[in-house]
Amino acid sequence: MAEYQKPVPYPSPETQPFWDACKRHELSLPYCTNCSAFFFYPRQFCPTCFNWNIEWRTCSGKGALYTFAIQYRPQMPGFTPPYVTAIVQLDEGPRLMTNLVGVEPAPENIRCGMPVEVVWEDATDEITLPFFKPSQSSQ
Amino acid sequence: MTLKNKVAIVGADETDRIGIVPDMTPLMMHAEAARNALRDAGIDKSEVDAVFTCGIGGMASVQLCEYLGIIPMYTDNTMTGGSSFVIHVEHAAAAINAGLCNVALITHGETGLSGRNRRGPRGGGFFDATLPSAQFEMPFGVGGPPSTYSMAAMRHMHEYGTTSEQLAEIAVATRKWAQLNPRAMMRDPLSIEDVLSSRWIAYPFHIYDCCLVTDAGGAVVVVGADRAREMAKKPVWVLGSGEASTHQSLLGMPDLTQTPARYSGKAAFEMAGVTHAAIDVVEVYDSFTYTALVTIEELGFCAKGEGGPFLSNQRSAPGGDFPMNTNGGGLSYTHPGMYGMFILIEAVRQLWGECGDRQVPDAKLACVNATGGLLSATGTLILGVD
Repeated sequence: MAEYQKPVPYPSPETQPFWDACKRHELSLPYCTNCSAFFFYPRQFCPTCFNWNIEWRTCSGKGALYTFAIQYRPQMPGFTPPYVTAIVQLDEGPRLMTNLVGVEPAPENIRCGMPVEVVWEDATDEITLPFFKPSQSSQ
Repeated sequence: MTLKNKVAIVGADETDRIGIVPDMTPLMMHAEAARNALRDAGIDKSEVDAVFTCGIGGMASVQLCEYLGIIPMYTDNTMTGGSSFVIHVEHAAAAINAGLCNVALITHGETGLSGRNRRGPRGGGFFDATLPSAQFEMPFGVGGPPSTYSMAAMRHMHEYGTTSEQLAEIAVATRKWAQLNPRAMMRDPLSIEDVLSSRWIAYPFHIYDCCLVTDAGGAVVVVGADRAREMAKKPVWVLGSGEASTHQSLLGMPDLTQTPARYSGKAAFEMAGVTHAAIDVVEVYDSFTYTALVTIEELGFCAKGEGGPFLSNQRSAPGGDFPMNTNGGGLSYTHPGMYGMFILIEAVRQLWGECGDRQVPDAKLACVNATGGLLSATGTLILGVD
């Protein structure tokens, strides 16, 4: 695998299950058994009710584009502008930061609310990143 | 317990030069601004017994006090980004009111522009690879204000129909104030069409939606009520104050169209007991056009989502009925990185009637709100003169 130039995450003990699942191409999020709801980013406890009994559950990988921006100047090493930074709201509720891929980065092609689904970027031997692309149903 | 009328700002000034100042370090700027503000107040350095600052290393006030030769009885290094120095005023008011100190010096200094070209090791202490933003934002090329404020603005545009033209209105009105301010960095005429045809930085932001990057320093002096009444200048009373934060990075932002100004503003207005309509001059953080727009909404000057229409038709420009960012703002005046000190100084100067061509007639009440981080932390002050 060619050397990956962009920043990669360093998993911490409370986020390791998320990144382990990404490596399996599964989107797994922490779930609070008290609130009966997913949350993100991962913590050892629920940030809403402070319950420490957390489960990990696999999500559908489907959601809607909550917001986006087209970055015309590289904000991080390894990125070639223009690129689309986006926040996706998963069908299960939580929001994730990501890159929108599979679409030309131009304002007319992208809109808040458009349906999206996860695609996987195997960045390194250890890290796979969840990117999102427009869902087939939206094309 | 309220801090209303317990303290006043009695000195406020900047470094001799702002803008492009390659021959000064941040510490030099802190010191020069401190000298100028103390001279403005007519108070000797030997009387300063409390120092509030941040942004110069991990122990900012300790460093600064060594540099200035001050042995403080009270210090505070609260670091909430650009809102820090406005929040320091509240902290100084609390400390003075508690009898822990008498003369509080709040200083700022940054070489946001010239520092880029300096050699030597960069301060790397900020970065922790296990932080949520490092794990869940940076791998996607998200980092720093343009990449994040743009996404917040886009959501606001989606939810409320805010337009690029409405954002451009703010840049143009702010430039008109700058044209009345000899110290402002950007003073060329600017039209809405100029803004809309300028290059993208991060869609939906054009370059004129984004603040400057400059070198500048500033300082203010805060004392208790009794001392304030003895000063040569009219005391600028702290009538109300508030601070709040809701998140660090976008990942933790409860709602991308809301900022903690809704909390700090509410607290400040309640403490001051004044209405929004009574405010004569409004100084808010304009790291981007959007920052000013959303802050006006969150402070309650208009209904949520109506910031765009509210600030249209050059309402915030000179001669408009909503004078805002009268020094020319971070968009056209100066923005060294943590801009909050300069909205504070401008508000004080307006209340002193020292603003020359850009003076808002008979300004008696000012609302100051500074934003820090990524729409993360805000401080609000209501200031007034008798």
